[in-house]
Amino acid sequence: MALVRIPPVLRPSVGGEREVEAAGNNIGEVLASLVANHPATKDQIFGPDGTLNRYVNVYLNDEDVRVLDGLETVVGAGDHLVILPAMAGGS
Amino acid sequence: MEGSVQNPNQSTTAAELIADIKLRVAEVAPAEIKDGLPEGAVLIDVREDGEYATGHIPSAHHIPRSYLEMRIENIAPDRDTPLVLYCAGGVRSLYAAKTLVDDLGYTDVKSLNGGITLWKDGGHPVEIPKTLTPVQADRYSRHLLLSEVGLEGQQKLLDAKVLLLGAGGLGSPTALYLAAAGVGTLGIIDGDVVDRSNLQRQVIHTEDRIGTLKVESAAASINALNPDVEVVQYPYRIGPDNIMDILPNYDIVVDGLDNFPTRYLLNDASVRLKIPVVSASILGFEGQISVFSPYEGPCYRCLFPVPPPPELAPSCGANGVLGVLPGTMGLLQATEVMKLILGQGDTLVGRLLLYDALATSFTELKIGRDPECPICSRSPDAISDSEMGVFPDYDAFCDGSH
Ligand SMILES: [Zn+2]
Repeated sequence: MALVRIPPVLRPSVGGEREVEAAGNNIGEVLASLVANHPATKDQIFGPDGTLNRYVNVYLNDEDVRVLDGLETVVGAGDHLVILPAMAGGS
Repeated sequence: MEGSVQNPNQSTTAAELIADIKLRVAEVAPAEIKDGLPEGAVLIDVREDGEYATGHIPSAHHIPRSYLEMRIENIAPDRDTPLVLYCAGGVRSLYAAKTLVDDLGYTDVKSLNGGITLWKDGGHPVEIPKTLTPVQADRYSRHLLLSEVGLEGQQKLLDAKVLLLGAGGLGSPTALYLAAAGVGTLGIIDGDVVDRSNLQRQVIHTEDRIGTLKVESAAASINALNPDVEVVQYPYRIGPDNIMDILPNYDIVVDGLDNFPTRYLLNDASVRLKIPVVSASILGFEGQISVFSPYEGPCYRCLFPVPPPPELAPSCGANGVLGVLPGTMGLLQATEVMKLILGQGDTLVGRLLLYDALATSFTELKIGRDPECPICSRSPDAISDSEMGVFPDYDAFCDGSH
């Protein structure tokens, strides 16, 4: 089980939770299980081709998974994932 | 009998001591360093404040000899840093060099032969430092007590030019604290007028200025706080038609922009001009902040090559925000700005900091340069006007008005 930090814009899609648990042995599996439990997140995280949307970054602990092994990056028990969409708003 | 035995140390004359130090501390002639020091070497003026104020060698750091042991590590934490010390005539700098070698373990310390006097006799340039007025010395006294700021740092702050994009939630606290700190020039770009709904968080504005331009309201607050600060007002939105005229006048940009098109435009322009951007955004109870320093760390497009579609872009339309949140994030921005000006500490270049006010937690993420970044993988000259802030195959923006 990994703990996934949900950004404010995705919270309505997960019932308002700030963090959710999701199972899987790699990033792709963890995100797939997140999407299975909360289908409204699918189009926000993945593009039509099944890859991560380019305006969403995913971090394993503090590292961008794109500089690791992408969706194949191995996730251990107790790891933290951060989903980070681009954000603007300063007023 | 007792009186006839003398401790040899007590009989050492000053001249003998100097001769002894000269055996161990090398001296350099003014001509050897007139074109600058070798890469990585540091020049330090060890004279007293009053002497330094009459003129110093350009590029020299100033640490009076009496503070040398206490402050040297701020300038040269590495004991192997090559150091050249100078004083008025070349004697005090020898003593100071001996202290650094013997007591603090510096391995490469030299003394300027003949000090600044011989330097001047050789016709080499001298820089006369700007000094603070007595009123300024009083106003900034808590800065002057910090070795990381001091007179030199305060002068850097007074000479600095910082551009604030927006006098809103983030811009309000940033502007107020940078003004209080004595940042000499603050440019503010904002086309809006003060609205009552702003006052829950935009602390630079006041009830009696509702309906007036935000840049005017901000300038009034800043001038009331610190008359040292010159406020340059830009009462309009920043856009492709004006950004390349405004940005080059500033050392650092503070980005509190509320929409994606302008945020990307700013990124592309700042990379082209090599101006660092301290960027933050806020939503609800959460904020994020980083420093984008062109070609040193990632740019905004390295992090997010394209903006999200409107349904995922909460900047389209009014959103809730906890009143104090822009205060927290804006002051983190102001702190980074001051560190950049002072050249102190580790900035957020290459790091993104997330703040969750409800959880009271900070999360730090590593962000790196993208070798395929559409903007900062190329040289500044290769970036054209027509591609700044533009996204091929992307048109799903909201109008960006809020
Ligand atoms: Zn880049």
